[in-house]
Amino acid sequence: MKKNNRSFVEQIHIDGRVWGLSLFVLILAFPFAISMLYGVVPKWEPMLRAMITVLPMYWAVGLIEIFTYVPMLGAGGAYLSFVTGNISNLKLPCALDAMERAGVKASSEEGEIISTISIAVSSIVTTLIIILGVVLIVPLTPILAHESLNAAFAQLLPALFGGLAVVFVAKNPKLSIAPIILMLALFIFVPALNASTVGIMVPVGVLFTILVARILYKKGII
Amino acid sequence: MEFHVNSPILFVLVGIIIAAVLGQSIFFLWRALSHAKKKGMDKAIIRKTITSSIVFTIAPAIAILVGVITLSKSLGVPLPWLRLSVIGSLSYETVAAESALRELGLGLEQTIANAADYVTVAFVMTTGIVIGLVLVPLLTKRIQGGLLKIEAKDKKWSEVLNNAMFLGMISAFLGYVFCDVTLVFEGTTYGLIPVLVMLCSAVVMAVCGLLSKKLHARWITDYALPISLISGMAVAIPLTNWLG
Repeated sequence: MKKNNRSFVEQIHIDGRVWGLSLFVLILAFPFAISMLYGVVPKWEPMLRAMITVLPMYWAVGLIEIFTYVPMLGAGGAYLSFVTGNISNLKLPCALDAMERAGVKASSEEGEIISTISIAVSSIVTTLIIILGVVLIVPLTPILAHESLNAAFAQLLPALFGGLAVVFVAKNPKLSIAPIILMLALFIFVPALNASTVGIMVPVGVLFTILVARILYKKGII
Repeated sequence: MEFHVNSPILFVLVGIIIAAVLGQSIFFLWRALSHAKKKGMDKAIIRKTITSSIVFTIAPAIAILVGVITLSKSLGVPLPWLRLSVIGSLSYETVAAESALRELGLGLEQTIANAADYVTVAFVMTTGIVIGLVLVPLLTKRIQGGLLKIEAKDKKWSEVLNNAMFLGMISAFLGYVFCDVTLVFEGTTYGLIPVLVMLCSAVVMAVCGLLSKKLHARWITDYALPISLISGMAVAIPLTNWLG
């Protein structure tokens, strides 16, 4: 009875927590299961040294990504995306495009529904394509490893964000100028900024754009 | 039990986890569709959301599959299949796997030969990505609650804030497109490829928008993003031959 009185978003939060924490246990169980199955333990020294290299950076980025992407993805989209991954290059553009076309705002219940549907569908399709690819890996490898296809896949992000930028810049021309100029200047003139550091620059871009938006909003320009 | 990176038991273990992840997506899809029906949302919009999400996902999903193939040389198929189907992205997984393999005295071109090395790599790759799995269930409600408070206080600012977040992300990726452009002054032209690909994709998107209005063909808008994505990627092939 009580369950029926819960709002859609409240129910999504409950489902998201149950699924998220259950999958956390299951995913973490994988290395433990192999360890028990083969009766081996990890090589502690190399493992700890590799973890010291990888963990501080990725945990810090992971934490920042939560605060950056969760508000954009909505509750259902966030619970799904942080399990299935590939957020900036697939799930978020997919949800943004779907919400834009449906004419719904991310913060509305309709936006929550559309975002959840698009991310769930995208996750299912991705998983199925990878399963199909794994089954057909032998005949597919020479095709997918072909030079021409590699050249095309290497440019996935520019091809994706070129299209997406047209929609959002056209919608918010005044707000777009400052963040685009800042990011162009940073990426062109700071050599350390490249494909591997773009993830770190997303929160910087988001925070800067929010600041600019606040100033323009207070001045009545937007 | 004799170890092999492509041992059937590893496929079974990974298959179980991926089935559970697939189960979560199906459950959330069912939940959202049921609520859309209950709210009386336009069925045509829901149908278009589903079909355009499917079409849009195909190219990036194949790119992820290429990542599985790349990592499978050293790690076999099951571990990259798991890591790239669940949370991971190729850039992170490659760095994590390379770090672990380097510490073991191995490389991405060598196949792991024993279970202890495999478990070591699996632990490093898995622990690197768990932060989101632990914190998203704990923080999402609070973050969303904060946004709702902002919306209740000032609805217009809430909309501006939303757009600002999207634009902030897009501007970071637009900046990244230009990261190698200055190499032109050193006589290397490959830095121009992403810029030209991005421009091509943007032009195709704009043309789709104009055609949709002129011809009153709404379906063009529905598939504009996948069309611009595929056009950009297709143009990358001759551009790479020319400038790469």
